[in-house]
Amino acid sequence: MSTHTEEVEHIAGATTVTFAKVWIGLLVLTGIEVFLCYKQLPTLTMLTMLVGLSVIKAALIIAYFMHLKFERFSLFLTLFPMLIFCILLMLIFLGDATRIPGMRPGA
Amino acid sequence: MSSQVTAATAASAWEGGKSPYATNSKKFGMWLFIISDSLTFSALLFAYTYSRVANPDWPKPFDFTPSIIFSSVMTFCLLSSSLTMVMAVHSMNHGKRGAAGGWILATMGGGAAFVVLHATEWMRLINIEHVTPGSNPWGVPLFGATFFGITGLHMTHVICGVIYLGIICQGIFRGKFKAEDVEVSGLYWHFVDLVWMFVFPLVYLMSARVN
Repeated sequence: MSTHTEEVEHIAGATTVTFAKVWIGLLVLTGIEVFLCYKQLPTLTMLTMLVGLSVIKAALIIAYFMHLKFERFSLFLTLFPMLIFCILLMLIFLGDATRIPGMRPGA
Repeated sequence: MSSQVTAATAASAWEGGKSPYATNSKKFGMWLFIISDSLTFSALLFAYTYSRVANPDWPKPFDFTPSIIFSSVMTFCLLSSSLTMVMAVHSMNHGKRGAAGGWILATMGGGAAFVVLHATEWMRLINIEHVTPGSNPWGVPLFGATFFGITGLHMTHVICGVIYLGIICQGIFRGKFKAEDVEVSGLYWHFVDLVWMFVFPLVYLMSARVN
């Protein structure tokens, strides 16, 4: 996508039908999340499933609505590995958070 | 993409003409902002999740009916506004300025509906459940602080987005902005939608009460 013509061709590759399909997909995934909420699963199971579904929804939005699928791969490599790495680093305290309830006096 | 960028990408690498991302600076700047803002929201959501997991007595103030249904409608508004925004970008890329302006107005409508519904939900929590950022009836003060902190910051982003789109929209009708400007504003709006895709399940669905 080094010229204007090429960019228009790339964006034209994502048709309105594609956008509508992605939108329907996002609504369906949201419906599944609400259904899981209704079923009231255990906290950690629920958390894992909801975050998993949210990551899929985020990927769809970034790829199609934000056009990243149609950009150069170098843009993705510059932005996202760092973001994912930083977010994964934040997981480092999850073990502590799950241990805290058992560490309280009388627990 | 502007003619300047087209010319720049065609120029020699030694003249600074090579664009490694083949994108314009506005779009790249917005991507950098989005990445940095993602880290802000990630930190807040992680803090919320850790507080949630570390407190077995975390309150569940959201009844499935009406709160979860209500927040699902809010999600529908944001998702639909993302679709209308992408249609605005699509129209602008095909030179249909009038249609692009119309789609942006629809996007602003979705955003405004989201803000009104969200404010209604806040008022219900404050007036009926007596939740404030510092206290609540369930004795877990962190709930109010994290809930109002995260949803408040997100709602601020939505309000800023509606204003931003309003400026872009009036510019389009006056023949001022180009396709790349609409695309950049679209990136911001989709990011706001993207954040809600994590706030909705983590804050609302994880604290739902099914009778």
